[in-house]
Amino acid sequence: IMSVFSEVPQAAPVAVFKLTQDFNNDQHPQKVNLGVGAYRTDEGRPWVLPVVKKVEKLIVHDDRLNHEYLPILGLPEFRSSASKIALGDDSPAIKEERVGAVQCLGGTGALKIGAEFLRRFYNGNNNTKTPVYVSAPTWENHNAVFANAGFEDVRPYKYWDAEKRGLDLNGFLGDLESCPAHSIFVLHACAHNPTGTDPTQEQWKKIAEVMMRRKLFVFFDSAYQGFASGSLEKDAWAVRYFVSMGFEMFCAQSFSKNFGLYNERVGNLTIVARDGDNLKRILSQMEKIVRTTWSNPPSQGARVVAITLNTPELFSEWSDNVKTMADRVLLMRAQLKAKLQALGTPGTWDHITQQIGMFSFTGLNSQQVEYMVKEKHIYLMASGRINMCGLTTKNIDYVAESIHEAVTKVQ
Amino acid sequence: TSLSHSRRVLNKGEILWKCCAISWWGGVQMGPPDPILGVTEAFKRDTNPKKMNLGVGAYRDDQGKPYVLNCVRKAEAVIAEKKLDKEYLPIGGLGEFAKACAQLALGADNEVLKSGRNITVQTISGTGSLRIGANFLSRFHGGPRDVYLPKPSWGNHTPIFRDAGMQLKAYRYYDPSTCGFDFKGALEDISKIPEQSVIVLHACAHNPTGVDPRPEQWKEISDLVKKRNLLVFFDMAYQGFASGDIDRDAWAVRHFIEQGHNIVLSQSFAKNMGLYGERVGGFTVVCKDAEEAKRVESQLKILIRPIYSNPPMNGARIATTILNTPELRAMWLEEVHGMANRIIKMREQLVAGLKKEGSSHNWQHVIDQIGMFCFTGLKPEQVERLTKEFSVYMTKDGRISMAGVSSGNVGYLAHGIHAVTK
Repeated sequence: IMSVFSEVPQAAPVAVFKLTQDFNNDQHPQKVNLGVGAYRTDEGRPWVLPVVKKVEKLIVHDDRLNHEYLPILGLPEFRSSASKIALGDDSPAIKEERVGAVQCLGGTGALKIGAEFLRRFYNGNNNTKTPVYVSAPTWENHNAVFANAGFEDVRPYKYWDAEKRGLDLNGFLGDLESCPAHSIFVLHACAHNPTGTDPTQEQWKKIAEVMMRRKLFVFFDSAYQGFASGSLEKDAWAVRYFVSMGFEMFCAQSFSKNFGLYNERVGNLTIVARDGDNLKRILSQMEKIVRTTWSNPPSQGARVVAITLNTPELFSEWSDNVKTMADRVLLMRAQLKAKLQALGTPGTWDHITQQIGMFSFTGLNSQQVEYMVKEKHIYLMASGRINMCGLTTKNIDYVAESIHEAVTKVQ
Repeated sequence: TSLSHSRRVLNKGEILWKCCAISWWGGVQMGPPDPILGVTEAFKRDTNPKKMNLGVGAYRDDQGKPYVLNCVRKAEAVIAEKKLDKEYLPIGGLGEFAKACAQLALGADNEVLKSGRNITVQTISGTGSLRIGANFLSRFHGGPRDVYLPKPSWGNHTPIFRDAGMQLKAYRYYDPSTCGFDFKGALEDISKIPEQSVIVLHACAHNPTGVDPRPEQWKEISDLVKKRNLLVFFDMAYQGFASGDIDRDAWAVRHFIEQGHNIVLSQSFAKNMGLYGERVGGFTVVCKDAEEAKRVESQLKILIRPIYSNPPMNGARIATTILNTPELRAMWLEEVHGMANRIIKMREQLVAGLKKEGSSHNWQHVIDQIGMFCFTGLKPEQVERLTKEFSVYMTKDGRISMAGVSSGNVGYLAHGIHAVTK
C-alpha cells in the first residue's frame, strides 16, 4: 500500500527544546544551559518545591482520593482559588460573581482554549480576520496558538526598543491607537518573556486607557506571578488594575513556574465577564471547546495547587518557596551585572537588574550568541535571551567572562 | 451643579466603562449540556437513594465505588520513592511510555516496532489522541476530507473530527433488529467509500453498542478496506477491558497491520488502568519506514505544541511503571481480567433478572455484546421513563454502562427495564 504520508515534510524542531537537546549532548565540563525557562537551584538542579513534596505525600496517602474524571472545566476548588490568586481575595469582580475559570493544560492550554473561544464568538461569529496582536518580541508559541485556533492575522505590536534596551512605550501606544477596532492584544502580566521588561504602573494606566477607549480585547498571559518580584500581589497589579477598569477580559495563568509543576500541566483560564449571565453562557461554550480538545483536564497538578492555596499554612509555605526562587534570580542579576561592570565589558548592563523575572534580553547579537554556544558551550536563545535561573554562584564567573569575550571579540 | 454635591466624581475609566455596558458576549448562546458527562451531573443532583448512574463509562466495583487498581497504588508508591523532578516532558511525552504503549497495542515482537516505522506520542488520553490524529489528517492527508464513522459511534467522535476540519460520514454498523452487527450493511457501505477516505474502526468493545465483529468478519473487512485503499483510524479505548485478555482485544489492530494497512491508532488508559483523570493516552502512526516516521513525528510535535506544549507526567509515569515492571504488569493483567469478568457476570445477571421479572423480550444481546457498554434497545421515551420514574441515568440512545451495575442493584435495574418495556 502506497504511503499517504510520503509528502509530509520534515518540520524544523522547536528551537528552545533543540537547544536543551544540544546542551544535553555536549560533553564539555563547563557547559551552561541558559535556554529553557525552568528554575534551577544554586547547584544547577531542578527544584521540587518543599510544599509540593508535602502535598503530594498527602495526596498519595489519602485513601478518599481516586483517579476519576474531573469535570470538563476542571477541579472546582482549583479554578476558584487560582482565579483568586490572580484577581485578589477581595476582588469586586469575584464578589459580583462574574469571574469564572477553565482549568487547562498549563498556560499554553489556557491560551489555546481562550483563543478558540475568541475565534468562535468574539467580534462576530467565527471572525477569523480579527487581528491578534502579540508583543515584538514575544514567547514564540503565542503566534502558533492563535494561528492554529484559526486567526488569520496575527501581528506584532511594538514593545522592545533594542537601542535603548527598554520598553518602546510610544510605539506600543501608537499601535494601540492605530490598530483596527476590536483587535485582540496579548499582554504579559509581568516578567515579560523574553525581554524581562514590564511597563510601569503609570505606563499600564496609559495602555489601559487606550484599550478601553478603542474597544480592544484584553488577553493577559500570566506565567510568572510571584516569580517576578517575589510578591504575588505586586506581580498581579496590572491584571487587577485592568479588572478594576471594567474590562471583560481573559487571563491565562500558568502554575508551571511558580509551583514548579512544569510537567503536570497546571493552568487556568480566568474569565472576567460583564455579569453572571454572560459568564454562564461563556462557560457552557468553553465546555464544548474543551470536550473536543482533551475532554477534561489532568487531576494531579490541580489537586496539588488547590490543596496548597486553600490551606493557610501550606499557602504561607508556598509564598516562601516562591520568594526563595525570586530572590535567587534577583541575586544572580545583581551579581552578573556587577561582574560585567568589574570586567569593563563594553556597553551598559543596567538592564540586567532593571529587567524582571526569569529572563534577560542580554542584547547579544546572533553572532555573539553563536560564539557563546559554539566556543564557550553556553547555551542561550538566538535572540540573546538568557534564563537567569541557569546561573549559579559556581558558573557566573565563567558566564560573565564569556559574555565579555563575545562582546569584545565578535561584532 | 447640584450633581457634584451628591455624587462623587467618576474617574475617566469608570465613565468609559459605564458607557460601554454592552457586553462582547451578548450573542453567545447557552451551549447544550454534554450528553454523556451531562448525565453524571444530573445524576449527582438526584436525591433518590436507589439512583443508578449508568451514563459515563467509568468502572465501578461491586459496591458501586470507583476502583483504584492495586497495581496503580503500588506503582505510585514506587514512583514516590524515586523522588523525580517535575521538568517538562518532551512534546511527544515520556519516551518510555510511548514505547510501552505501542508494544501493548502491537505486541512486543511486532515487525513495525522492530523496524522503527511507527511513531507513537503520548497524548491527553483517548480524546487528545483522536484530536491530534484528526488535526494531523486534516493538515497532511491528501485524500478526501471525509471520515467514515460506524453508525452509531461515540458521540464525541463527530465534533472532534469536525473541529479539526474534517467532514463526517457513516457506514452501517449496528442492526437494531438484532441488536447485533449489521455485517452485510457494513460491507455494502464500505465498498462504496471513495478511495483514500478515512475509516474509523473501534478496535474492540464498540462504544456505544458493545457489538464487535468476529475475527472472520474482521478479516473480510480488512480485505475490503484494502481493496478500497482506505486510511484506517483505529480507536482502541478498551484494550483488556473487552474480553479480559489484552492480546485478544488487540487482535483486529494487529491483523490489519499484518495485512499491510499502515494504520493510525488512538489508545486510552482511562478504563483499562483506571487512570481516567490522569489523562493517559497514545497516538500512533504506522509509517512506510523509519525515515517517514521521523518526518511525521516532527509534524506531530508542531501540532501539539500550540495546544498544550507537552503532556502531563503523572499518569504516564504510572502506566509505564506498571507495563515495565513484571510483577506490576502481571498484577494489572489480573485486575483488568477481573474487571472484565465482573461486567460479564453483570450481563448474565441482568438477563436472568429480566427473565425473572417475566419479560417476554429477547435479551440475548445483553450477553452477546462486549465491554463496558450495552445497547439495550430501549427507545428514548423508555429511557426518559427509566430516568424519571426509577432514577436510572443513562444516555438517550439506550446505552448503559454495565460497570455501573452491581449485584446489589442489578435486580432493581431489571425491574425498571421490565417496567418501561412490558
